[in-house]
Amino acid sequence: MSEVSRAEYCVIACAEAWRGNGEVLASPMGLIPSIGARLARLTFSPDLLLTDGEAMLIRPDGTPEGWLPYRQHLALVSGGRRHVMMGASQIDRFGNQNISCIGDWKRPARQLLGVRGAPVNTLNNPTSYWVPRHSRRVFVEKVDMVCGVGYDRAAGARYHRIPCVVSDLGVFDFTTPDHSMRLASLHPGVTVEQVREATGFDLAVPYEVPPTREPTAEELRLIREVIDPAGSRAREVGS
Amino acid sequence: MSDKTMTAEQVVSRLQSGMTLGIGGWGSRRKPMALVRALLRSGIDDLTVISYGGPDVGMLAAAGRIRKLVAPFVTLDSIPLEPHYRAAREGGALELMEIDEAMFMWGLHAAANRLPFLPVRAGIGSDVMRVNPALRTVTSPYDDGETFVAMPALRMDAALVHVGRADRLGNGQYLGPDPYFDDLFCEAADAAYLSCERIVDTAELTKEAAPQTLLVKRHTVTGVVEAPNGAHFTSCAPDYGRDEAFQKQYASTPWPEFAARFLAGDEQAYQSAVGEAT
Repeated sequence: MSEVSRAEYCVIACAEAWRGNGEVLASPMGLIPSIGARLARLTFSPDLLLTDGEAMLIRPDGTPEGWLPYRQHLALVSGGRRHVMMGASQIDRFGNQNISCIGDWKRPARQLLGVRGAPVNTLNNPTSYWVPRHSRRVFVEKVDMVCGVGYDRAAGARYHRIPCVVSDLGVFDFTTPDHSMRLASLHPGVTVEQVREATGFDLAVPYEVPPTREPTAEELRLIREVIDPAGSRAREVGS
Repeated sequence: MSDKTMTAEQVVSRLQSGMTLGIGGWGSRRKPMALVRALLRSGIDDLTVISYGGPDVGMLAAAGRIRKLVAPFVTLDSIPLEPHYRAAREGGALELMEIDEAMFMWGLHAAANRLPFLPVRAGIGSDVMRVNPALRTVTSPYDDGETFVAMPALRMDAALVHVGRADRLGNGQYLGPDPYFDDLFCEAADAAYLSCERIVDTAELTKEAAPQTLLVKRHTVTGVVEAPNGAHFTSCAPDYGRDEAFQKQYASTPWPEFAARFLAGDEQAYQSAVGEAT
């Protein structure tokens, strides 16, 4: 078995987000979270539901097992039986996320997607984030447009939870007294300094930071031979 | 029973500048593009457009027809950012009511149910509240006391939607995996115009397809247009997928050049120009 790539550590870190979630819909946005969700479903979280990105619920081999058009998908969000991993063009230390635009909303310097479902997601089901290129442009002191709601703005939101943020450098969570972002694990080969350097706010860093766990031989086989044999994960995160 | 068939031009002749117009589909999927193209050929502008936005919004924005947009996103799906919409926003060319996908859906439900609003657990805490100062909240009258956004009804003067089959009376059938919100658009509008790949006899609709494919009911429809390939270049499953090559061309060609090449003539000219281009 050849050396584990950074992209493969990212897959493992994303898969771990869905550990112990039970019979809920895993909604990954982006390639590596999608591989991670399928890996979790094939191994330690067999009860997860997956979609084909359109209106069907499918087994990992693509066999349809249910119907989930957008109207039902949005209703399922309110029911809370879902854990989504969204992208983030910007994210701040309390987990406020922006995918709408950069600059002044009234006339943005750069128009992006729009708020999409981030406001409803963050108030109703667990919402994690995936950032394929960790940098000060993404991890910012203050986001330009709050789409996904962070902990400092979630008072009274009974179903608000951000389990984790996974980047190409490590895994982050909000298990601090004030719910500010904390470094939870480093992908092997990455240093704390590197993460601090690439983060635009004060990050909570525990005295000892564990490495992101190693994949098992079976997990590596599934990633490399079953889920992503074309190796497209390397296009999202290089080595 | 009245035959509601008409041409795309007849649909557009019933629309006016300044109207609020709902457009069905989702992103770059089953958009009523033949009707949008007819709209582009008209002089109608100053529109308020309500849409899960795709190239419908991109084209109308590029042509300067939109005064105000109500949308949670604008995307071409396989090309995440709609280039013409981006240019319009970055140039400050349109007013925007940016709301969440679920808020949008409940706004359609409210309109279809003749309710002034519906409570939605979405928006609070986000900047959707900052950029839409007119949005109000409502507190549960029961013991939980939770506060919600009171999502206002998204009523519209007219709706444009595209489905796979329809009869001449306005019964519309989708044959793909997702109905999107096209029935709600029709119910939320004062007048709804339904284009379809093929007009068939009523009995034909359920000959092979399941009854739940009958999405749009005729009492909500004002006009029916037969528009083969009428969602092009967006997808209309299972009749055709998205024309990715053409969408790429649309996204990478300067608008005046694209419009001159593909939108100067009628729908037939468009379809033959597409044939020559691909």
